[in-house]
Amino acid sequence: MAKNHGLSIAICGQAGQGIKTVEGLLQLLFHRAGLHVFTTKEYMSRIRGGMNSTTVRVSSRPVRALRAGLDVALILDRGGADHLGERISPETVVAGEEDDLTPEEKGRGVFLAVPWRAIAKELGGSFYLNTAAAGVLAGLLAADREAMASAVAEKFSAKGEEVAGKNREAFGRGFDAGERFRKDRDLELSLPSPAGEAGKVIFNGAEAVALGALAGGCNFLSFYPMSPATGVGVFIAGQAGELGVEVEQAEDEIAAANMALGAWYAGGRGLVTTSGGGFALMVESLSLAGVTETPLVIHLGQRPGPGTGLPTRTEQGDLLFTLFAGHGDFPRIILAPGSVEEAFYLTREAFNLADRFQVPVIVLTDQYLLDSYRDLAPFDLSGFEVENSFVETGPDYRRYALTEDGISPRGIPGRGEGLVRADSDEHDEYGRITEDAAVRAAMVEKRFRKLAEIEKEVPEPEYSGPENCRTLIIGWGSTREAVREALEEAGLESAGHLHFSRLFPLPPGLKDRLEKAERLVAVENNATGQFADLIELRTGVKIERRILKADGGPFTVEELAESLKKEAAR
Amino acid sequence: MNRNEEKKMDIAWCPGCGNFAILKVLEEALDELEIDRRNLVLVSGIGQAAKTPQYLECSYFNGLHGRALPVAAAVKAANPELTVIAESGDGCSYGEGGNHFLHGIRRNPDIAHLVHNNMVYGLTKGQASPTSALGFTTPVQVRGVFEEPLNPVALAIALNASFVARAFIGDAEGTREIIKEAITHPGYALVDIFQPCVSFNRTNTYRWFKENTYPLGEDHDPSDRLEAFRRATETEKLPTGIFYVNPERKAVFDREVAGEGDKPEPLHRRLPDREKLEKLILAAGSR
Repeated sequence: MAKNHGLSIAICGQAGQGIKTVEGLLQLLFHRAGLHVFTTKEYMSRIRGGMNSTTVRVSSRPVRALRAGLDVALILDRGGADHLGERISPETVVAGEEDDLTPEEKGRGVFLAVPWRAIAKELGGSFYLNTAAAGVLAGLLAADREAMASAVAEKFSAKGEEVAGKNREAFGRGFDAGERFRKDRDLELSLPSPAGEAGKVIFNGAEAVALGALAGGCNFLSFYPMSPATGVGVFIAGQAGELGVEVEQAEDEIAAANMALGAWYAGGRGLVTTSGGGFALMVESLSLAGVTETPLVIHLGQRPGPGTGLPTRTEQGDLLFTLFAGHGDFPRIILAPGSVEEAFYLTREAFNLADRFQVPVIVLTDQYLLDSYRDLAPFDLSGFEVENSFVETGPDYRRYALTEDGISPRGIPGRGEGLVRADSDEHDEYGRITEDAAVRAAMVEKRFRKLAEIEKEVPEPEYSGPENCRTLIIGWGSTREAVREALEEAGLESAGHLHFSRLFPLPPGLKDRLEKAERLVAVENNATGQFADLIELRTGVKIERRILKADGGPFTVEELAESLKKEAAR
Repeated sequence: MNRNEEKKMDIAWCPGCGNFAILKVLEEALDELEIDRRNLVLVSGIGQAAKTPQYLECSYFNGLHGRALPVAAAVKAANPELTVIAESGDGCSYGEGGNHFLHGIRRNPDIAHLVHNNMVYGLTKGQASPTSALGFTTPVQVRGVFEEPLNPVALAIALNASFVARAFIGDAEGTREIIKEAITHPGYALVDIFQPCVSFNRTNTYRWFKENTYPLGEDHDPSDRLEAFRRATETEKLPTGIFYVNPERKAVFDREVAGEGDKPEPLHRRLPDREKLEKLILAAGSR
C-alpha cells in the first residue's frame, strides 16, 4: 500500500459500544503527536446494536477524504470484520477478540487476537475496552508509549484519579499487546513522522456550521431534531447561554421556520437546521420569506431520500429540491461548503447575505461532511463584520420601497417612527395588501432585481489543475476533497477540477468557461447528476459524462480514482 | 401613513361583518391601555379575520395560513419590549394551525391570541370550520358536519393555558375589557371571540349568539381550573368571560429562551462577542 497518504484505521462495532470514544482518543493522540487526522463515521439508524464503523486517517500531510483500504481494523464485536468486508486486504492488521471473528475472517488479513474484554473486565468495566483498543493501535504503530499514556490519563482526569489511572493501565496493556505482535510478525507499520504543522484545532462539519452561524451573528435558533442536522443545533444550544443565543426546539419544522422568520422580522438573526424531510415542511415558509423579503438562513444537512430514506447516511440528493422549493417565483441563495473550513466561512457569510439581500439562504451540507472531523487552523474571525442592515424607520416608512437594486431599506418594529408591515399577500410599497396588476408587476421585478445584484457578486468557482485542461471535472459540496485526492492518486495531472461551493445563483461567465474544456465530467453523490442539470438549465451547456453514487456512502478516494481514470481514458 | 389613512382603505369585509366591531373594540382597547403603536406588532395568518392588522395603525407580519403563533412567539422573544398580538380566524388558529395552538399554549409566550370564531370558513366561501356545530350543512358538508366541534376554551384549560377567555362581539364592552386583560396578562392569553359570518353562516347569527350566550358571572373564580373546565364544556348555553387565569404559570418563554433574566436585551441590540467566540473555537477544537 502506498504510504504517502498515511494510514487508514477502522474501528468497527455496535452502536453504544464506544466507537466514538476510540475515535476521540485517536484524534487526541495523533493530534498531540503533531500529525494530521481525518475521521469519518458511518452508522445505522438505531441507538444500540447494529454495526457501525469509524475510519481514522493519520498522516504527515493533510488528509481530508475517506479511503476504503485499511491498514488496521479494530474489531470491537462479532460481525465487525464482515461489516468492513472488502476494505480488509491481506495486508490489513485485524485486531479483535479470538471469538469475534470466524476463521475465514481471520484469514482475510493479518489477525491479532486481543483479549480486550478480559482486560476491561479486570479493570472494572467494559468502558476500558475502548482505551485498550486505542492502546493496541498505538502499540502496533510503535508510538511513544509514555507520552500517549499520559495523554490518555489526562483526558480522563476529570473523572477522578482512579478512572484516569485505570485508563492509563488499559492503554498500556493494549499497547504492549500491539507492540509484541508488531515485533513477532515483523510488521512494517509505524506512525508517520510529523512534517510541518498540523492544524491547531479539530472540528467536524456540524461544529463548523454551528460556529460559522455564531460568527455570522446568529442569535436565534429554532429547529426540530433530524439526522444528520441535529448536531448543529445541539452545539449552538450548548453555547447559547454564554453567547446570548435564543434557542427553541419547535413542535415541527413548520413552526421552526416560521419562528426564524419572526425573529428576523423583529431584528434577530435566525437559523433553522434540518434535513430534506424537515425542509419539505419548510417549503411554504421559504416562499413566505421570498414574498415578505424576510431574511432566513436554513442549514440543510442532506441524507438519502426519498421519504425517510437512509436517515444516517449521506447523499447530495436535495440540490434541485432546494432550488425549486416554494410556490411562486422568488430569488434565493444556495451555498454548499466543500470542506469543514468552508462550512464555517460560508455559513458565517450566509447571515450577511440573508441580511443584505433579504432572501432565504440555504447552506447545503450532507451527513458525510457534518460527521467528518479534520485538523485545521482555528477559524479566522478577522476581516468579517456582522452586518445588520436594518434602518431607523421614519414616519412614512415603506417596507417595500421600490429601489434601483430591488433592496428596500429594512426596518424592524420598535426602532424608529415608522410601522413595519410585512405581508405574504402581494403588497404595495407600504406592505399593504393589493391586487393592483401594475403594483404586482413592479414587486415581482423588484424582487428579481435582487437576484441580479446577488449574481454580480458570486465569486468564481475554485479551480485546480493545469492552465488548459483537456478534461474538466465538475464537482460541488462535500466531494471536493475526495476529487482532489483521487485526481492525484490517479495521476491525472492533465485534468482540471472546478469546484462549486456556491450553487445558486451561478457565477456569471460560466458558460464560456465550460465551453473551453474539451470534456466535462460531473462528479456527484446522487443518482442523476443534479448539479449538471442545473448547469445545463442555466447555461445551456450539457454535461454528458457523470460519475454518480447514491448507495448511501460518500465517494472513497480509490473508487473515484478508478472512475476518473476510466473517464480520462475514453 | 397615519391613522386616518387606515380609515380610508377599501376594507375587504362584507357589510355587517363582525370583524368591523372586533377591529373597533381592539382599537379602543389599545387606546385605553395607551399602547404605543410603534411598539405594537400584530401577527396574523390568512383569512378574513387575518386582514385585521391591515386596517389598524400598527406594525404587522401577515404570514401564512395557520402560522401566526410561532411567528408571534418569536417576535416577542426577539424583542420583549414589543406588545405582540396574534390575530386570526377559527380555521387558521384551530385547523391549519392546530399543532401550533397546542404547543403555543405549552410555550406560553407573552402574547395575546385573538381568534375571530364565526364557526365557518368565510374567505373560501362557506365550508365547515373546526368549530362548526354538528349537523351544520355546507356545499361540502352536504349531509352535515359529523366531526365533534373543537372546543378551544376547554382545550386550552385542559392544557393549563395561562389565560383563557371567550367573548361575543355583540357585547362590545365586555369584549373590549377581556381584550385589555388578555393584552396585559403576562403570558399566553387566548380570547375566543364569537362573531357571526353574515354571508356564510345562517345558523350562528347575531341573534343566535345573543340567545345562546350568557356571562360567566361575578362569582366565577378564574383560578379554579376544574370549575373553569366544567363551565367551558357547557353546551346548552355558552358562557362568556374570563374562564381561567393560571396563577402559577409565568411567561417563562421569553426569559427562558432569551436566557438573560427579567429584562432580556432585544436581539437587534445584541452583538456577537468576538473574544468569547475566539476562546470557544480554541476550547472546542482542542480534543
